[in-house]
Amino acid sequence: MPTTISPIEAATGIALQQYLTVAAILFTLGAFGIFLNRKNVIIILMSIELMLLAVNINLVAFSAYLNDITGQIYALIVLTVAAAEAAIGLAIIVIYYRNRGSIAVDDINSMRG
Amino acid sequence: MTIAGFFFYLFSTVLLSSGAMVITARNPVHSVLFLILAFFNAAGLFVLLGAEFLAMILVIVYVGAVAVLFLFVVMTLDIDFTELRAGRARYLPVGLGIGLILLTELIFVVGGFAVAPGAVQPIPAEQVTNAAAIGRVLYTKYVYFFELAGGVLLVAMIGTIVLTLRHRAGAKRQNIAEQVGRRRKDAIEVVKVETGKGIS
Repeated sequence: MPTTISPIEAATGIALQQYLTVAAILFTLGAFGIFLNRKNVIIILMSIELMLLAVNINLVAFSAYLNDITGQIYALIVLTVAAAEAAIGLAIIVIYYRNRGSIAVDDINSMRG
Repeated sequence: MTIAGFFFYLFSTVLLSSGAMVITARNPVHSVLFLILAFFNAAGLFVLLGAEFLAMILVIVYVGAVAVLFLFVVMTLDIDFTELRAGRARYLPVGLGIGLILLTELIFVVGGFAVAPGAVQPIPAEQVTNAAAIGRVLYTKYVYFFELAGGVLLVAMIGTIVLTLRHRAGAKRQNIAEQVGRRRKDAIEVVKVETGKGIS
């Protein structure tokens, strides 16, 4: 634990651990969502977005409490990658639906050619 | 409790409950709407942390683009979602077990970590806005990361277009080269009509 109280903690009265706990619970919710909706690939993608959001909260919280802007740069990169991943994932879902008429994950176990 | 503390608990409560609703909602459209609510509350947390730029980017990129993309896909594909929810009870114990283990580990990490000496940066003497502080390092020290992000987005854009582009047989398309290259003899023909015979 930081021995000196960070200026932002002194100003707001919220400890770094509180943000980290929120992010940890959100990350767990995302991981749990993947298990809960094993068949619905759209909800799985949304769960991944939730997990990336939790990572971003962690990065920004550390950035604010350590007075280091680098964490926010990383959060920006994570945001970019998450947006690209969502676009590609949804495109794959759309063409899969076009070919098979369903998006059940259980059916995606055969690869052809 | 300070005002900041009140808003922290407000934002995090709504964030976590809407996150729980995302994964449990019966209708995927509701899931997407709860995802949007979760992003808005995360943006509120970012504002509390003093990262206004990222908060605005989160609202613009996620709510404006990604969530709308999800909404489009959920609403345009005609999917029977009740069938997709069928095996939920079977995966529930495994998911709960792994989730609890993960949460316990994360709580241990949160409770037990220590900041390395010297990790806390000194507060700069010159106070600038958050966006200015990001811009000062993003375009200088981390310019390669910035270019990399642009490359990732370019690859994602081209990949998405290549994946979803298709040429349907029988669809009427405009062929501009053919239109421009049209000559008079292709279109009309002058016929000398003989009297009393007409055009056969």
